[in-house]
Parts: sequence; C-alpha cells; structure tokens
Amino acid sequence: MSIFSKHLPAVHVEHHKYTADSPTEKMPVPDKVYISMAQHIGAPCQPKVAVGDLVKVGQVIGDTEAFVSAPIHSSVSGKVTAIEKNLTMSGIWDLIVTIATDKKQEVLEGLAPPQVDDKDSFIKAVRASGLVGLGGAAFPTHIKFNPKNLDEVDSFIINGAECEPYLTADYRTMMENSELLVNGLKNILKYLKIKRGIIGIESNKAPAINKLRAMVKDTPEIEVMELKAVYPQGGERVLIYETTGREIPIGKLPADIGAIVSNISSVVALETYIETGMPLIAKKVTVAGNAIRTPKNIEAPIGTQVNQLIEFCGGYKRIPRKLIMGGPMMGAAIYDDGMTVNKNTSGILAFDEESASVPKETSCINCGRCIRTCPMLLMPALLAKAYEAKDVEQLQKLNVALCMECGCCSYVCPAKKQLSFTNKLGKRLVMEGGKK
Amino acid sequence: MGRFNQGSLVVSSSPHIMDNVNTTRIMLDVLIALIPAFIMSGFIFGPRALLLTITCIAACVVFEAGFQYLIKKDSTITDLSAVLTGTLLGFNLPSSLPFWMAVVGSFVAIVVVKQIFGGIGQNFANPAITARIVLLVSFATPMTTWPLPNQLLGTVDAVTGATPLGILNMGTDLAALPSNMDLFLGYVGGSLGETSAIALLLGGIYLIWRKVIEPSIPLAFIGTVFIFALLTGQDPIFHIFAGGVMLGAFFMATDYVTSPRLTSGKIIFGIGCGLLTMVIRLYGSYPEGVSFAILLMNILTPQIDMLLRRRTYGGVKI
Ligand code: SF4
Ligand code: SF4
Repeated sequence: MSIFSKHLPAVHVEHHKYTADSPTEKMPVPDKVYISMAQHIGAPCQPKVAVGDLVKVGQVIGDTEAFVSAPIHSSVSGKVTAIEKNLTMSGIWDLIVTIATDKKQEVLEGLAPPQVDDKDSFIKAVRASGLVGLGGAAFPTHIKFNPKNLDEVDSFIINGAECEPYLTADYRTMMENSELLVNGLKNILKYLKIKRGIIGIESNKAPAINKLRAMVKDTPEIEVMELKAVYPQGGERVLIYETTGREIPIGKLPADIGAIVSNISSVVALETYIETGMPLIAKKVTVAGNAIRTPKNIEAPIGTQVNQLIEFCGGYKRIPRKLIMGGPMMGAAIYDDGMTVNKNTSGILAFDEESASVPKETSCINCGRCIRTCPMLLMPALLAKAYEAKDVEQLQKLNVALCMECGCCSYVCPAKKQLSFTNKLGKRLVMEGGKK
Repeated sequence: MGRFNQGSLVVSSSPHIMDNVNTTRIMLDVLIALIPAFIMSGFIFGPRALLLTITCIAACVVFEAGFQYLIKKDSTITDLSAVLTGTLLGFNLPSSLPFWMAVVGSFVAIVVVKQIFGGIGQNFANPAITARIVLLVSFATPMTTWPLPNQLLGTVDAVTGATPLGILNMGTDLAALPSNMDLFLGYVGGSLGETSAIALLLGGIYLIWRKVIEPSIPLAFIGTVFIFALLTGQDPIFHIFAGGVMLGAFFMATDYVTSPRLTSGKIIFGIGCGLLTMVIRLYGSYPEGVSFAILLMNILTPQIDMLLRRRTYGGVKI
C-alpha cells in the first residue's frame, strides 16, 4: 500500500461504454455451432457424443473424470456432424464438436432443477452447471467455491466492476437479471456458510448500484459497494483489497485471507441452473469497437462464430484490422473471425486500421510512470530490463510472478514498451529456469 | 475459417489501447514550459541570449543526428530530447559566451554524456549540467563573466558585473544586492535562462499540471534551500529566487533518467540537492552550487534507488 492513499494505483482509461443502454438481444440460432472441448483451465473434456448423434439443448456433450474440469453442454438442438481437432485461440490443438442446428431449440427431456440441500449437493450442482470463471481465467467454479479452508472464508465478493473499456455485458446482466443475481448470492452464502456477500460495482454504473441496493436493503449480509471507476478494479487481488482492505500474501489464495471472488455472470448462470436446471449454454457478449456497424449486447449460444455475432450487429462498418476477444486491456487479439464464443467470452471488439496500429517501441526514459501505476506495486521498467538480460534471479527477486498482466504499465509507458507482455515472457522464463 | 483471417488481422499482445502520452509529447511539454523563461531571457539580456540558446539547440540536434548516423543507429532527433538538452544548456550559460564555446558545450552534452553512454535513457548524469560544469572548468573567465540586464544590444563588451550570489559571496558590497522583486522578475545578472523566477515557476507549474513531473523534487529542493537559509540567518526568499535554484529544481533535477524513480527517493534527492546547493553557496569557493549539487546527486541516484526498496502488494520488499 502506498503511504499516501488507501487505494492501489490504477489508471484512468476512457470508458467507451457505448452499449451500456443497449438491452441484450438474443441472436437467432446459427446454422452450425462449433463447441470446443477445452473451455476451462485444466483437463479438456472427452466428447460424450458421436458423429451422427442427435442432441438437445442442455445435453452433456463433453465431460471428463479429471478433477480440474467442468462438463460442456450442447447450446442447440441438432445433429453432430463432425468431431475434429482444430487449433484453439491459445494455440493448442483441441477437439471441436460441430453441431448442425435444427433451429427448433428442443430442450433435453427431463431437464429439471437439481436437488440442492447442503454444501455437497450445492457444489455438485455447481459442477453440473458447467460453470467456469466467466470473466476470463476459466477456472472451474466448483473448485473455486470449495477450498480446503472454506470455514475460514467470511466474504463472498462478486465482481461487478467491469473495468475493461467497451464491455457492458456484466452491467446489462446486473440490470436485466438482478433477481437471479441476488438470489444466487443468497444461495451461495447459505450453502457455503459464508457470513457476508459483497457486490463491488464501479461508480460509472450508478443505475445498477441503485437497483441492487434497493433489492438488498433488507438483507444485511449483502452489501453493494461502490468502487472508483478506474482500471483494473476487477482484478481479483485489487477487488479483494478495495472491498475488504485485505492483501493476499505471496503464494496464497484468496480463500487463505477469507475471500472468494466470483463474476456477475457466473452467479447468474449458477442460479439459472439451480432454478431451472438449464446449464451454461449461452453467453452475454458485448460486440463493439469502431469497425462494428451497430455495437450491441448479444446473448449467443456457446459455439457461435464471431463473424455471426458481427453479422447480427449489421456487419463491419470499416475493414477490420484487429479483432479482440475480451476487453482492450487484457483481451486476446484473434487471427480469424471464424473463432467461437466460449464460456469465458465477455466481449468481441473489432477495430479499424488506425486503432489497430501498434506504436513503435522506443527507449525507456526512466520516467517511472509504469512503477507509479502498477496496481501490484511492481517495478515494470526493471522487470523489462531483467527480462532483456535474461536474468532469472533478478526476475524472481522483483517478483514477476505477482504480475497479473493487467496492462496498466504498457498503457502508460511513453516509450510504448510492451511491459506487460514482457512480464508474461518473464514468467515463462522463470518457470523454465526453475525446472533446470 | 472466417472472412477475415491471418494476413488481414493484426495480432499483437494486450493492452490494445494506450495512453496518448509518448516521449516526444513529454519533451514538447518541457519545451513549452521553458518558453516563458526563453522570452524573458530575450527581454533581460537582449537578442544575443536568444541566439545563444538557438545555437545550442542547433548544435545539439546536429551532433545527435551526426553521431547516430556515424554509428548507424536510428536517429532519435524527432523525440525532441536533443532540442531540450540544447535549450537547457543555453539557459545555463552567460549570454555573452562566445558561440563556439556553446558549440563545445553541446558536443559534451550530446556526444560525451548522452550518446556514448547509449543514448536517451542511458546517461548517468544530466547532459546539460555536465556540459555546463565542463565549460566552467575549461573556460572559467567567459563562463563567469555576467552581462548585466537591459543590454538590449547584447554585445560582448557590454557592461558586466557580479551576480547577486556573487555579491553575497564576496560579502563586500551587500548594498548592491538587487531587490527581491528584481530577482523574482529576473532583472539581475546570471545565466541567461535562470534569472527569471516567475517565468520558471510558471513553467514548473505547467509541468506539474501536465503530470510531466511530480512536485516531489522541486518542493524538496526549494524547501530545503528555504529552510537552510532561514536556519543560517540568510534571507530565504533571496536564496530560492537567486541563481539556478528555480531552473535546477523544476527542469534539471527532475530529469527522469538521472533522478530516483520512487517518490520517497525523489524527496531524498531533492533534499540532497538543496543541502549541497546551500553548503556550496555559503561555505564553498563558488558563489553558486546548483549545478554541482545536482551532478553529485545524479551520481548518488543509483544508490538511492538501491536503498529504497518497495513493498509490493502481498508484502514482499523488492
Ligand atoms: S501488467 Fe503486471 S507489471 Fe504491469 S501494471 Fe499490471 S501487474 Fe503491474
Ligand atoms: S513507463 Fe516506460 S519509459 Fe517510463 S520508466 Fe516505465 S518503461 Fe521506462
């Protein structure tokens, strides 16, 4: 913590929340969906269907015995036409189940709310719902909700910061599914026996703050907290600090300091499953950026191709030169608009030539901006020097592992150095160096 | 496969948006901040002062471009850092200095101090300050011959005299000390860009407002000079407005490359500059100590950075 303020450093980025007032539109079911079997960190799923099988909405099509995993469900009704290896966004070859849709969206017979009466059945339901961290990391939720020291957890924090520019899908969810959100949180507190629920929302989303506050005014264990509208309030460590004042010591997990953090859409998806039995099959996605004709919030079946969503927004307004999955600060640039919406997709941004250009890196002028800005209080300029010198020891000393790749340092650097990317490489170098 | 794929799409690492501040913009801001002092130097010391600064700028740019051409490095003159070095060097010279000496100073600043150490961001000491000190040691007389203000024609044989600090240093004719108002406006003898406290203060405030510099170094520097003067029975107002304190505190000591990176370090750095300045002024043989103070603190910067470690989130000292 800095001596002068009780907040962690952050950057003021322009919000660009143009779609904040665009209600979510449900897009028509595409002709085909392509559902990846690797939608979470951990072991990928094995297909539970074969080519030629007929599937219904909500049917399990992929699962595995491995602990770190979550099942995958069909988002449509139709016929499995292919199960093939394909290159995923993270550059790994993975199985993709292709389903030709019949557009009837027939729901699996016997789909019913799960039996939930205690912690174990609740955690079972979390896994069965197919939930993974929907904000980006895609870590299976049933593991996150059930740490070894669950009895020490006293705060369940919902991340409603949505600090990434352009993205408004979480905001729309808070406005449109507030009942599910609040009930979901109540169930989580009840079954996990956690004392306090916190929904942290940035101040630029006042309607959501007001709406949720009104809904929980008779629920003292739930608090809606207003956060400053700066980036990266939604980073797990930052959010915990800003809502509870606690820091996670190096090498520890949030649960070790009594906190579990979850995403808005995860809680809503979980409650949907608990109330209706419908697992995670669709995602709310913000489609925006200056190359999109009509930016929108769209609810799309998982496995829908990016270009179909863009088509639904009236197509490209200008020739796209950069496509991003996620937000502009941490999202990944994709190389093909045929890629698909996954469980953890929250935004699709398309930018024109001008916005896509990558500025040339110049020499570090030692201005200290990166150092003053790092929310983790690291020293990115020195980390970059250590990486350039391939100095593993120095990288470790400067604690490169703590870097959350939030991009604040790269954002402010006047020399346009790719500091956060360098840290990603630095972390890799340390891991490789450690193995030797 | 989609319609837009490999080849037509740029794939780069995040973040995909960046602040619009770049190195050139920062240098430009510092140059803008120096405009009031530049104009004042023309009023106070005449057109020759302006010409001398312009000579330094031109020489610095030519040396930088020439050196980078010779060693086949990409030219960095568009980042304006050479222009800035030239301006600061010019501001640190007496307006009557022969032009060729200014060119020698530019050579020292750009080639010896900046480029030989690897260019922008690599020098251990402030180029303009080091060049000024080299000139002072090499050409003691012309570097300490101070034309007095209002020499509108600014010829070399104009009337010269002592700077306010010089008068104080000799301790003979204290009645000749200028009023604090003259000091504040800058109508006193001295290096051509350092005398007008008001102009430099304006520029300094602009830099802080534009977030180009943190207020830590100037406040610590000027504050220390003030308190030191107070404690030793001197006129504190005189000491902060006289000589190079304003120019040094806002524009030279704040040089990113040669000052500590954490705020705590900057405060120590500023205090060190202030202390050394006053010790040299009051007890040294030179009447003015700002340049030496900053140079010494430049040299100590790596040590300050090393001593002040930072506590990261999660509680590890790095
Ligand atoms: S990317 Fe890493 S080093 Fe850079 S600001 Fe974020 S946490 Fe700090
Ligand atoms: S922000 Fe960029 S130029 Fe400034 S110290 Fe960090 S790396 Fe160097």
